[in-house]
Amino acid sequence: MNKLAETIGRLGGVNLLPVALAAIAFVLIGAPSSWVTLTVAGLSMGMMVFLMASGLSLVFGLMDVMNFGHSAFISFGAFVAASVLAALGGWLDSDSVLLATAALGLALLAAISFGLAAGLFFETVIIRPVYRDHLRQILITMGALIVSEQVILAVWGGTPFTVPRPSFLDGAWIIGDVSIEIYRVFAFGIGAVVFSGLLLLLNRTRVGLLIRAGVENREMVESLGFKINRLFIGVFMLGSALAALGGAMWAGYETIITPALGGEMMIVVFIVVIIGGLGSIEGTLLGAIIVGLTANYVGYLAPKMALASNMILMMAILMWRPSGLRPAVK
Amino acid sequence: MTLLRVHDMKTDIGQYAVLHGITFDVPEGGVFVLLGRNGAGKTTTLRSIMGLWRPSPGSVTFQGDDIAGMGTADIARKGIAYVPENMGIFGGLTVEENLILATAKGKFEPKRLQRIYDLFPALEKFWSKQAWSLSGGQKQMLAVARAIIEPRALILIDEPTKGLAPSIVAAMGEAFREIAQTTTILLVEQNFNFARSLGRDMAVIEDGRVVHSGSMADFVADTDLQGQLLGLSA
Repeated sequence: MNKLAETIGRLGGVNLLPVALAAIAFVLIGAPSSWVTLTVAGLSMGMMVFLMASGLSLVFGLMDVMNFGHSAFISFGAFVAASVLAALGGWLDSDSVLLATAALGLALLAAISFGLAAGLFFETVIIRPVYRDHLRQILITMGALIVSEQVILAVWGGTPFTVPRPSFLDGAWIIGDVSIEIYRVFAFGIGAVVFSGLLLLLNRTRVGLLIRAGVENREMVESLGFKINRLFIGVFMLGSALAALGGAMWAGYETIITPALGGEMMIVVFIVVIIGGLGSIEGTLLGAIIVGLTANYVGYLAPKMALASNMILMMAILMWRPSGLRPAVK
Repeated sequence: MTLLRVHDMKTDIGQYAVLHGITFDVPEGGVFVLLGRNGAGKTTTLRSIMGLWRPSPGSVTFQGDDIAGMGTADIARKGIAYVPENMGIFGGLTVEENLILATAKGKFEPKRLQRIYDLFPALEKFWSKQAWSLSGGQKQMLAVARAIIEPRALILIDEPTKGLAPSIVAAMGEAFREIAQTTTILLVEQNFNFARSLGRDMAVIEDGRVVHSGSMADFVADTDLQGQLLGLSA
């Protein structure tokens, strides 16, 4: 038994979980083409959830702040990006791929910029007065979330908002019996780029070193002469911007969005952060991929269990590893 | 010359008054030892000096400057390092990363790094290992090394021998002697034999107050006083 555990550990340990999940699903689904389609969909969903969850994980881990208002950044990111795309509809409709790409780039940039600014405001005005007080954090961030949803209702209205997207991201690649949606591949690519960027930031820069140290022991970081509050602001802004980017990507994926989008995604985001392990980017990615795959496989195999599947997954993982799959602090 | 002056320092934690007026002077150079029974207020004293608890205004002066109201980061930048009781190392970071984080400019000064290697050879050996994988003694070495990787005027060290094997305690004592030649150490220690071998001056804290201060040599000679204040038998 020990030898088996050692061998699994050498091969990648918990990182093999998505592979194991995919292998089990392959047997249960039976049809390879459906399995490939579901796997691509799961990976793509996982990457978009990773974008939304990575910031929350860092904020949770570093600042010990339970920010239920995080989903507001997801919603605003979606609506800001959708509004920019709608305003640049002429560019999207033109034959020029360059103009369509520019419209998409501007939409994502607008969502990120909004996330940065909103994060600065939220941290300074809402979060800072309630550091170290979880009950007040929950109450005030829930309050802020409700207010944010009402602001979205007031600005964009309650009717579903159609999100235009560039024609080059529409449609699917058909390979044999397998259909792969182009937007899903694009979303996976964006997620992979952001993940690589975050890894570089955390592992190759002094700021990243400080963030990793701060996740473990904030007092000690201060005792080494670093003002942790400045780090908090930076991380909170980064987390908000990533959530907004995730929201923008999700809007393009869904193509129709409502003000409830953030709230709906928040449960999944919290599940990912908890099963991945607080403060760990690698853990968040792992958790997001597992959640994405599970949602798609179970949605196909037992649709009525789709909602419950991720909750069951979270409970099972927490019973096995109470600190999550890859916590930042050992 | 007095390096650190603590005068009538009072600290409340929440609704509880923990320090009721701590007073002592730490002269420049050597090792100053704070002794006292469990719960007397020694750790709170160090944390208050470091700004991790907020002490009463005007009660802590370092190199002539009032630091009682300052933030922890600003206090550290004035040249005070802190080695907490739990060592405070970053387990997910490598030995190298733990040390480089403590440098002012993000790079090592070769002579100081060599000094670390000379004092604690194990750290060179485990340079690329994550700190959580080190033994208790090696973690303590890393915590002390982090405090001296940059020039500091004062190092606050809280119970460095707790839970360590006798051979590691002896090595730690040697390292402290060497460090104390260039840097003042304010040491909180329960192990009286370890403390007496290092301390030049000392104070005893009891129930949040200093009840005795003076030279270590005089205290060591007075077994009655040791028994009365620390419960040590002759």
